[in-house]
Amino acid sequence: MDPGQLIIFLLKAVAVVLAVMTLAGYTVLAERKVAGWIQGRTGPNRTALPILGAIPVVGTFLRRLGVFQPLADVGKFLFKEEPFPGHVNKLYYLLAPALAFIPAMTTVTVLPFGQHDGAPLVLANLDIGILFILAVSSLGVYGIILGGWASNSKYPFLGGVRSSAQMISYELALGLSILPVFLWTGGTLNLHAVVQEQTHVWFLFVQPLSALIFLVALFAETNRMPFDMPEAETELVAGYNTEYGAFGFGLFFLAEYTHIIIGSGVFTVLFLGGWNLWLPFPEGIFGAVLSVLVFLAKVLCLVFFFIWVRWTLPRFRYDQIMNLGWRILLPLALANLIFYAIAIAVIDRVL
Amino acid sequence: MATKVVERKPLNLAERSYLPQIVGGLKITFRNMWKPPVTLEYPEQRPNIPDRYRGVPTLVKDPNGREKCVACQLCEFVCPPRAIRIDPGEIPEDSEHAHVEKAPREFKIDMLRCIYCGLCEEVCPEEAIFLQDTFSVNGLSRAELVFNKKKLYQLGGTLPDSHYKWDKKRDAAEKGGDEH
Ligand code: SF4
Ligand code: SF4
Repeated sequence: MDPGQLIIFLLKAVAVVLAVMTLAGYTVLAERKVAGWIQGRTGPNRTALPILGAIPVVGTFLRRLGVFQPLADVGKFLFKEEPFPGHVNKLYYLLAPALAFIPAMTTVTVLPFGQHDGAPLVLANLDIGILFILAVSSLGVYGIILGGWASNSKYPFLGGVRSSAQMISYELALGLSILPVFLWTGGTLNLHAVVQEQTHVWFLFVQPLSALIFLVALFAETNRMPFDMPEAETELVAGYNTEYGAFGFGLFFLAEYTHIIIGSGVFTVLFLGGWNLWLPFPEGIFGAVLSVLVFLAKVLCLVFFFIWVRWTLPRFRYDQIMNLGWRILLPLALANLIFYAIAIAVIDRVL
Repeated sequence: MATKVVERKPLNLAERSYLPQIVGGLKITFRNMWKPPVTLEYPEQRPNIPDRYRGVPTLVKDPNGREKCVACQLCEFVCPPRAIRIDPGEIPEDSEHAHVEKAPREFKIDMLRCIYCGLCEEVCPEEAIFLQDTFSVNGLSRAELVFNKKKLYQLGGTLPDSHYKWDKKRDAAEKGGDEH
């Protein structure tokens, strides 16, 4: 690879990472706004930038929408004093937030987010794309476990333990539920191939049960309501990140929302047809931008769905979660897999 | 009395999957999103303070400008957290408000101790102390939040009552001797 190519590649990587981080920041804002609307409040509406906020109508509108709030939040996380409890295991305590954050960001690399004249827009078009995502994103749980354990305090510890149990239980259903999709596409694990397969029909309509199981498992994997056992404010103070403040907490927080965005992205790619809209995209750069926008719109709708569900449902009890994972979702995913394996075999024979 | 045994039907498959209920819940929250917020945006919008609100205790004067408190110290004794400190003093003979024997020389209420119970208002025989509608009390030091007599009268203002109890007693005393 010559230096010019390398620089372009690095620039692309930085752009994608920045885009995802910004998205994560604004997802936090969306969470607060939607929570406010659902609960009859207004949500963040006070932060303003000096010049932008002073523009008569637009500035007021943006301020009421809370658009500047994430900037203030980031500033706060960066410049706040880092509290360092005396009873923690220092090395692991510092390592944990990074360990939670890095896998979340790494998965972005293989997620295709658009097309340019038929070629996928993606940082690395791996043949084992989905395997990579599943493998790396589940590494994120180590950050949570380590954070809980290194905090040397009971609530974070319980949060970490619960998190590991929950992740392991739902990982199985998660993996099994998407196997039929890859059987359908003829055995390739490449995500771009999956998207191309859905040019006419989304897999959501072909395999609704797979989509449902994947979605439920995704909620569990991202620790979202109604599966937010590791946090469970009412039981565990704040769960695994109770002992964290300032930047460490910020990283955990960002990792959580990055997981949601990536999860939504994967769901979009697998079941909502990626950037497909039943129409062929125009040639060239215009088509490329359009496909990225369509993909983003779908992802954002899903992110909204995540938030919407969180402010609707109460939390499951711990044993109910385990029950649901092992006794219902896992057999269901297996049955689903067997059904589609047979169905695909029959279809292949007949056609 | 006859009792009716309510039959509990076992949940059917759809109900056990939670999904219809979840969809129902999602519908409700989605409708709520479009309702106008009920937030009162505090510094710009102020709440309506209802009558008889128990805000900061204050001292009041009657329409003639006479201070109503006679320094009986009942409020000081009844105050549960002992927020009130009164230094009773005499009213000089030549004052236009003479006839009453006592008035507070200094009257202090520690707003950090006050629990806004209203007992002082209830116990006062002279209707001199009232919990009014000030609800936002703040200061930069503890000392600043011990309100003295001047501040309390400033907050309290005048009570528009028409008893003029002590003026009447003084007039009666001047006219008719000692029947009061
Ligand atoms: S309101 Fe209650 S606590 Fe406050 S000064 Fe009066 S008696 Fe004391
Ligand atoms: S405020 Fe009322 S109760 Fe308190 S000393 Fe004065 S007259 Fe007595």
